[in-house]
Amino acid sequence: MSDPSRRTMLKGAGATLGAAAFARAVAPITEWTNDLSVEGFLQKHYKELTVEDMSAVLARIERETEEQYGAKVSVEDVRPTPGVQFAYALNLSVCIGCRRCAKACHEENNHDRATNNSYIRVLEMTNGSLNLEHGTVTYDHAVPAPGKFYMPVQCHQCDNAPCVRVCPVEATWKESDGIVVVDYDWCIGCRYCEAACPYHARRFNWSKPEIPADEINPDQAYLSNRIRPQGVMEKCTFCLHRTRRGKLPACLEACPTGARVFGNLADPDSEIRWVLENKRVFVLKEDLGTQPRFFYFFDE
Amino acid sequence: MKRLLPLLLLLTSAIGCERGFVDSRREFGPAVPEDARAHPVEIHSPTTLGVADTPLLDAKGRPIGVACETCHGPTPDLSWAAEPDRPEAFHEAVDLRHGELTCNHCHDAEDRTKLHLADGTPLEVKDAMTLCAQCHGVQYRDYTHGSHGGMNGHWDLNRGPRDRNHCVDCHAPHTPAYGQVLPVHPPRDRYLEVVEHDAPDHSAKEAH
Repeated sequence: MSDPSRRTMLKGAGATLGAAAFARAVAPITEWTNDLSVEGFLQKHYKELTVEDMSAVLARIERETEEQYGAKVSVEDVRPTPGVQFAYALNLSVCIGCRRCAKACHEENNHDRATNNSYIRVLEMTNGSLNLEHGTVTYDHAVPAPGKFYMPVQCHQCDNAPCVRVCPVEATWKESDGIVVVDYDWCIGCRYCEAACPYHARRFNWSKPEIPADEINPDQAYLSNRIRPQGVMEKCTFCLHRTRRGKLPACLEACPTGARVFGNLADPDSEIRWVLENKRVFVLKEDLGTQPRFFYFFDE
Repeated sequence: MKRLLPLLLLLTSAIGCERGFVDSRREFGPAVPEDARAHPVEIHSPTTLGVADTPLLDAKGRPIGVACETCHGPTPDLSWAAEPDRPEAFHEAVDLRHGELTCNHCHDAEDRTKLHLADGTPLEVKDAMTLCAQCHGVQYRDYTHGSHGGMNGHWDLNRGPRDRNHCVDCHAPHTPAYGQVLPVHPPRDRYLEVVEHDAPDHSAKEAH
């Protein structure tokens, strides 16, 4: 029996170091949460999934929603209808600031109950001013208050969307019907898009959304109102799970004054086209060149 | 120009770099079938007049509503009219604040359940929007183009129907001004708590 050679010693030391480095590298796996399954972790980008992959993903999400929230839901991959270009217009002359749109959004899109989250923020503004910095969102008096007007702000689905360009992982993009979407399973939660959006339209899931099972809207889509995981961005999708099936968005249906007009820009006979052609229309922060699909207008 | 060309090519190729769908079957949803029949737009149109509030209150303190035809219909029940000063008191709660209009501008003098246009042409109650449209043409125009008045259902009438409100669903005909309401669903964003302390200062700044 000879003493171990120098070569064997070095081999042993190398192996030990290697094993230690490997253990360190995989340490995060020991903190693996129940919220992220192995299938979820290994899932490909939304656009790389085949029809078969997607149906497996949807089945996993439905199963996990039932396990974590106790609610039976249907999650579908609702895709754009050919020949449809969505746009939205809002009549500032008749909006009374009642915030029922924000409430409808909260319920339709399965937002976290504790934070009252909603994709719509209604600003109370002083007549004669369009300075958003002076708008308040916490008003709690009877509306409309004298000398004030109300300006709901939500995602403008920009054609030149700054939020899409800043995403480092392509987790958000503009779809062929004009809606800017987020793949919640691909988002890394860096919040660059939140910072880039000049309309303050994106929201971050600081905590895992909590919603009682009987309040969960079971009609869900992968890219819109399915319950989002913790640590990812979310945003208004013009209720694509409704609108891509021909229905009106939830915020429009909730509006008691009819301030909201929604439709297909590609249809010359649509209501939205009539508004754009006949009303005094403007877009918010036009100078930024974001080219929104969301318009504001006034009556005569 | 020669120098710009590669730059242009680079730019266009960079734009074209956007990730495409691996499975083209997933790119679009089903097209709307061309033979899809247009669904109707239903306007909620009551065929009788509503109720008018009276000064009498129910157990919960709300005014009791009485349909106009109870007294003013073809077979009126006027048994209570034995008390001569009741009708006036009774009608006090019919709050008419609609410009300079009086009852007879819209209701027939003989039968209050019947409506007529400004030129006296009789009008079915279900067509009452025409009555409103005589003066509110701008609103009626906007309504017919979908930019006034709430709706429910489908934006795409190829795929489903739409329900629309009627003028008096939102505007009480006697007091048509849309009243104030209390807002619902206050935001509770985490940053708002800090802002609230500055609120009084903030509104003072706004005032100038």
